[in-house]
Amino acid sequence: MYDSIIPDALDTEDTLKGKYLTFFLGEECYGIEIRYVIEIIGIQGITEIPELPAYIKGIINLRGQIIPVMDMRMRFRRPFKEYNDRTCVVVVVIKNVSLGLIVDNVADVIDIPDEEIVPPPNAIDTDYRFVKGISKMGGQIRLLLECEKILGEDEAEELVSSINQL
Amino acid sequence: MDTNDSIQDIFLFETNEYIEKLEQLLLESEKANEFSSSTIGEVFRIMHNIKSSSAMMNLNNISTLAHAVEDLFSFLREQKDNGNIDSNVLYDILFESVDFIKGELEKLSVGEEIDGDSSVLIDKIKTYYLSLREETGTVKQKNSYKAIVYFHKDDEMVNIRAFAIVHSLEDIAEKVTHSPEDLIDGGDATVQVINEQGFTVSFESDLSYHEVMSYFNNNMVSFREIELISLASGDQGEEQVELAAQQPLSKDGKTKGKKEQSEKQGKKQAEKDSLPEEQPPEQGQAQQEGKEAGKEEHEAAKKTENESIKQEDKATNKAEQNQGEKKVGSASAHAVISVDVNKLDKLMDLVGEMVITEAMVTENAKVEDLETSKLKTAVNQLQKLTTEVQDIVMSIRMVPLVVTFRKMHRIVRDMSKKLNKQVELEIIGEETEVDKNVIDHLSDPLMHLVRNALDHGIETPEERMVLGKTEPAKITLEAQNAGSEVLIIVRDNGKGLNKAKILQRAMKHNLFNKPESELTDKEIYNIIFHPGFSTKENVTEFSGRGVGLDVVMSNIELMGGTVSVDSVPNEGTTITMKIPLTLAIIDGMNISIGGAYYTIPTTVIKKCFRPQKEDLIIDPNGNELILVRGECFPILRLHEVYNIKNNVSDFTEGIFIMVENEQKTYCIFADELIGQRQVVVKTLPLYLKNITKAQGVSGCTLLGDGSISLILDTARLY
Repeated sequence: MYDSIIPDALDTEDTLKGKYLTFFLGEECYGIEIRYVIEIIGIQGITEIPELPAYIKGIINLRGQIIPVMDMRMRFRRPFKEYNDRTCVVVVVIKNVSLGLIVDNVADVIDIPDEEIVPPPNAIDTDYRFVKGISKMGGQIRLLLECEKILGEDEAEELVSSINQL
Repeated sequence: MDTNDSIQDIFLFETNEYIEKLEQLLLESEKANEFSSSTIGEVFRIMHNIKSSSAMMNLNNISTLAHAVEDLFSFLREQKDNGNIDSNVLYDILFESVDFIKGELEKLSVGEEIDGDSSVLIDKIKTYYLSLREETGTVKQKNSYKAIVYFHKDDEMVNIRAFAIVHSLEDIAEKVTHSPEDLIDGGDATVQVINEQGFTVSFESDLSYHEVMSYFNNNMVSFREIELISLASGDQGEEQVELAAQQPLSKDGKTKGKKEQSEKQGKKQAEKDSLPEEQPPEQGQAQQEGKEAGKEEHEAAKKTENESIKQEDKATNKAEQNQGEKKVGSASAHAVISVDVNKLDKLMDLVGEMVITEAMVTENAKVEDLETSKLKTAVNQLQKLTTEVQDIVMSIRMVPLVVTFRKMHRIVRDMSKKLNKQVELEIIGEETEVDKNVIDHLSDPLMHLVRNALDHGIETPEERMVLGKTEPAKITLEAQNAGSEVLIIVRDNGKGLNKAKILQRAMKHNLFNKPESELTDKEIYNIIFHPGFSTKENVTEFSGRGVGLDVVMSNIELMGGTVSVDSVPNEGTTITMKIPLTLAIIDGMNISIGGAYYTIPTTVIKKCFRPQKEDLIIDPNGNELILVRGECFPILRLHEVYNIKNNVSDFTEGIFIMVENEQKTYCIFADELIGQRQVVVKTLPLYLKNITKAQGVSGCTLLGDGSISLILDTARLY
C-alpha cells in the first residue's frame, strides 16, 4: 500500500530536506528525518514473538502488512513505560525495512537547517551512536537520530540486554 | 524497471530457454547414441541465436563461444555420415559450453561481472573441430597454396594492395605468410620488389583450388595477374600440384581463360557466366572433368543449403515464439505470456488480503445479525468469487515439475560417467504441478538425493553382476498428487541402506531415545535424516547415505513437508518427500493461549483431545507426560515456552493437540481450539528474521478480526 508512497517521497526529497519529525521519550526530544517516516498510528495490539531482543515488542498488522515494532525507550535502554493513549507508532522505512517505532508521544514536524545542527560530543556514552547531530534551535535540545543505526544489530547491545535479563 | 533491465531480462529468459532446450537435446541424442541431422540443425540454430543475441548484449565471451560451436555444427551438418565422430568428446565439449553459458547467465542475473574466460573452451572446440576435419574421411584436408600476384605496372600503392590481399585472405585461410614481409613500413623498396617479382603469399585453406581462385577473382583488389600454386593437398595429392602450376589466371586474363574454357566446356560454360562466383577455373585435362563436375555440384548444393539455412532460421524464429505454448503441453494453440514472479507474488498477497477482508466483512457480527436476504445473497456471492479468484491465482503460480525433473538427467549423466556406473533415470509424473516457490525449494534437495542414490546407492557394475542384477541400474523420480500435497519419490534399485551400520552409528551418538529392541526398521532408516547423524567422518567410514541428508530434511521441512525413507537390502532405497502444493495458503488449526493466537498446520496434527486427569504422569525429572492409548507422550506447555500469562494452566480445562513429525510426537497444551480454516501464510518481516534465531515460528497469518496469529513450526518447537 505505502510502497507506492515511497518513490514519491524520494522524488520530493528536496522539499523534505531539513524537515524533522520530533517526538518525546520521557523528557528528551528526538528528531527523525521526515523522509523515513511513512505514517503515524496509535498504539495497537502487538503480537509477541519469542526469542527477540527485548526492545522488539513484536509485530503488528498494518492494513495487511506485517511489520515489527520497536520500543524506542528500550532501544535506548530507558525503563519501560506502560503504553497509553498518547503512545504512538511511527512507521518508518529504513533501508527498505518497514519498522514501527513506539514513542511516548509525537510532537511536531519542524525545519532544522543544517547550520543549526552540531555533531554529538565525542563522549564514550554509547547512546550517541544513535545520534547523528544535536540541534539547539529555539532553545530546545533535540537529538537527531541516525536511522540506519537504529536497525543495526549490535552484538554488544545484545550481550548487555541478555546480561540484564539474567 | 528501465529498458536495459527489461532487455536483459528478456535476453536471460530466452537464452536460458535455449540452453535448457539444448541440454535436453544433447541428453536425448546422447542417450539414443546418434546425432540425427535434425538435432544437428537444431543445435546449430540454437547456437546461432545465442550467438547473435549475446553479441547484441555485448557478452563477447558467450558469443564467441557460441560462434565456435556454431562453426563446429555447421561443419557437422554438411557431413552426411557421422558414424566415425568421436561423440564422447563432442558431448563433453558441448556440455562444458552449456555449463559455461549457464554460469555466465547466472552471473548476469545476479548482477555480477561477466568475467568468464571462454577462450580455453573455444580452443578446445577448435582443436576438436580440426581433428574432426582430419579424421573424417569425407573431408578435405587443408590445402596449402602459394600465390604470386602481379599488380598493374603503374600502380604505386602495390604494398597497400598487397596488404589488403593478406587481410582478406585471413577470412578464408590460415598461416598466411608473404614475401616481401614488410608491406607497410618497407617503403619504396617493397614496392619495387613487388613490382618486379610479384607479391608472393603462402597460406593454408580449407577451400579447394578453384574456390580459392574464384575468391581471388571476386573478392580481392584489382591486380594484373595471379599465379596460384597448390603445394600439397589432402585428397587430391600430387596430381593437383602439377596441374595447378599451369594455371595463371587473372582478372585481365579472364577473358582469355574463359575462351579456353568455352572451347572445352561449350554450352555449360555459357550458363556459368551468369554466375561468376561459380566459375570453375579451367582444368585443362580431360580426365579431370568428371571430378570437376562433381565438385561443382557439391558447391551448388552447398550454396542452396546455405540459403535454406537462412530460411530455416527465419522459420525457427517464428517457431521459437510458439515454444511457450508447446511447453504447456496443450494441443490447442493459446497464447502464453511470461510474467514477472514478483508481480505474481504481489497479486498473491493482495488476494490473501482480500480473503481476510472478506472474512472480516462476512463474519462481522453486525452483518450476521442482519436478516436481509439480499445481503445474504450478496455475501454468498462474494465468498464464491473470492474463492474462485484465489483458486485462479494459485493455479497461475502452478508450474509442472518437468523442468526440475529433467535437470536430473544431466546429473545422472555426468555422475554415471564419472563413477563408471550405468544408470538409467526414469521419470514418472513430471506433469504434476506445484507452486513456483515449492519448485525453487525442491531443486536442491532433489539433486542431493539423486546424487546420493547414484554415489552410494547404486553398486558398481561388477557388484551388480555378482548379485545378478540387470544393467543399467535404475533411478526413478516420481511425482504424484495426494490431496493438497504432492509426493515426490526418489527410488533406486541399488544395495539399500545398511541397517546394522546405521544402528551402530546412531547408538554411538545416542540418537534414539528407545532401546534397540523397540526400534522399527523405518525408525532406524529415518535416523539418517537426523542432523546429528551426518558428519564428515561418515563419508569415509560409512559408505552409505548420510551426506547432507539433514540438509534435504531441513529444506523440505522449511516448506512444511516431510521426508521418509524406506529400504530393502539389495533391492534399493526409496525416499519419499511429502510437500504441500503451495506455500502460500495452508490448512491450519487456530488455537488460543492466554489471548494470543497460534496456528498449527493441520498436516502435522494427529488429534486433539481433552485429557482425563488420571492419564497425566509426571516423571522423576519433573517432565509432564500424558498417556494416550497406552503410549506416553511429552507435553509442551506453549505458554511456558512463549511466556504467556492469563492462560489456562489446569490440563483438564485446556486442550491437547497431538502433533507428529518425523522425529517425535508430542502434545501441545493450549487454552482452546478456535477452529480449522485455510490461512494465508505471510512470512515474518525480514528484519525480524535477521535478528532472531526464533525457532518454532514459521510465519504468521491474519485472522478474520485482523489480529495476527503465529504459525508454529512444530518440528523445531520441541
